[in-house]
Amino acid sequence: MMDNRQLQITANEVRKGIVSAVHSAKAGHPGGSLSAADIFTYLYFEEMRIDPKDPKKKDRDRFVLSKGHVAPGMYSVLAQRGYFPKEDLLTLRHLGSYLQGHPDMKHIPGVDMSSGSLGQGISAAVGMALGARLSGDSYRVYTMLGDGEIEEGQVWEAAMFAGHRKLDNLCVIVDNNGLQIDGAVDEVCSPYPIDKKFEAFNFHVISINAHDFDEIRSAFQEARAYKGKPTCIVAHSTKGKGVSFMENQCSWHGVAPNDEQYAVAMADLEKVGEALCQK
Amino acid sequence: MSEVKKIATRESYGNALAELGAEYPELVVLDADLAAATKTGIFKKAFPDRHIDCGIAECNMMGIAAGLATTGKIPFASTFAMFAAGRAYEQVRNAIGYPHLNVKIGATHAGLSVGEDGASHQCNEDIALMRTIPGMVVMCPSDDVEAKACVRAAIEHDGPVYIRFGRLAVPVINDVPGYHFELGKGVTLRDGGDLTIVATGLMVDQSLQAADMLEAEGIHARVINIHTIKPLDEALIVKAAKETGKIVTVEEHSVIGGLGSAVCEALCKEYPAPVVRLGVQDTFGESGPAMQVLEKYGLDAKGIFRSIKEAL
Repeated sequence: MMDNRQLQITANEVRKGIVSAVHSAKAGHPGGSLSAADIFTYLYFEEMRIDPKDPKKKDRDRFVLSKGHVAPGMYSVLAQRGYFPKEDLLTLRHLGSYLQGHPDMKHIPGVDMSSGSLGQGISAAVGMALGARLSGDSYRVYTMLGDGEIEEGQVWEAAMFAGHRKLDNLCVIVDNNGLQIDGAVDEVCSPYPIDKKFEAFNFHVISINAHDFDEIRSAFQEARAYKGKPTCIVAHSTKGKGVSFMENQCSWHGVAPNDEQYAVAMADLEKVGEALCQK
Repeated sequence: MSEVKKIATRESYGNALAELGAEYPELVVLDADLAAATKTGIFKKAFPDRHIDCGIAECNMMGIAAGLATTGKIPFASTFAMFAAGRAYEQVRNAIGYPHLNVKIGATHAGLSVGEDGASHQCNEDIALMRTIPGMVVMCPSDDVEAKACVRAAIEHDGPVYIRFGRLAVPVINDVPGYHFELGKGVTLRDGGDLTIVATGLMVDQSLQAADMLEAEGIHARVINIHTIKPLDEALIVKAAKETGKIVTVEEHSVIGGLGSAVCEALCKEYPAPVVRLGVQDTFGESGPAMQVLEKYGLDAKGIFRSIKEAL
């Protein structure tokens, strides 16, 4: 088990991987990758029963990145966890690389479902949870959605089904960073109240600070223990978290840093890393 | 003349699922509140725990089918063609086609022969839509025997499959000794040297009747049944073009993007030949009893016969 400081150090490394990958690709989505980095880290290092040496293991827990555009965040944590070499992150979105712009289960070790078209990943996750139920398997299924993504109607079709079927082996995480491409989510087409909506669809709902590992840990433990309903964790996060000039800026949703910005971002993260190591 | 046995291919679909359920324990069936119409209710009776009603939410159903396939299940996702190929096109493309998941789509109520429900429910575009998805197998059986064979072939094939079934009861034409079904292989049902009619689905029977009418006037038409539109039996079609010169395609589907287009694509790269595409022209259908609608749009035996005569 990792303590909070180890998790923070790992998450900081995940963030470095995100910034490096997106910088190398000259394209991609840093904002939502950074907001989700702590949850990615907790999921892959603490929560899920997985084996990077055997990515297709039958009884593994599954993860579907429904907000597929934050692939850099997922790839970075998969690399940190040992699914593939960290240097490969620099091939993100390059022609011929297996690290496609959006998750591709056919070519990327550790990716359980191809995704990227918003609103669809959650349905696949529900299907996996149903598959486990039908076969009597005990694995759990996790899926992460964006707060903008839940404007998609299919999310609520999937939520209605999961709530109706009482799929308590399913855990939905909404990365609630408050921003989407065109602006603040509550200005574009408000999805709020997110917690009440999922409650109405028969979910057990837990709201947390997405950057506090105590809250993250306790939420996932509660979700695992809760029976009779799927759980939705509404994770209040900061878009661009960890990179000073990207934080809370919706302009950093889908833009890569140039060389200068890359240097500043990495310096920010190095500083955090050093401070954590001196603790 | 003895009474010809008639059965709708959607009925054959439901029966086939129920028959194959015991043989394939991983087979599960999904529906979107249409189990009585798609006939998956027959499977539900036999295997209630393996029939999942997703409610009226076809896009989510396709995603659930994809998720189930990743866990080793063999899901058949069933609804009307309009919603399977139309409404859920992008889910089928991105959640099933792109990762090449082992999902089977059983789409019923395809084409004009939906009849009374009218244009909103007469899907004349599904073959075109599904055929453009890389790796997708597209089948359209002509009768009960072939429909059941298609379901088995779909299960035995590893990868996504779209099967188009009809609402209208159609004559059983393949109940013959030594019947053999092979995915991707066309079937020459009648030989002839003057032209070749290439038909799919319930147009196969109508085309055979049209060939009889042509024969009465001394025109010898070959009739090929294409139950698998993708992958298409290109060799059989090229051979027919070489031997008979003229090709007529017949489908209960838009002439844009369906069987006719597929045949033209095959011929243009290997053996360009004149092709007349019979089907739904660039138009929507309308309400009416199925056979009357087909007649109005020239897709009954007489209409096919007339169109061929004019073209000749």
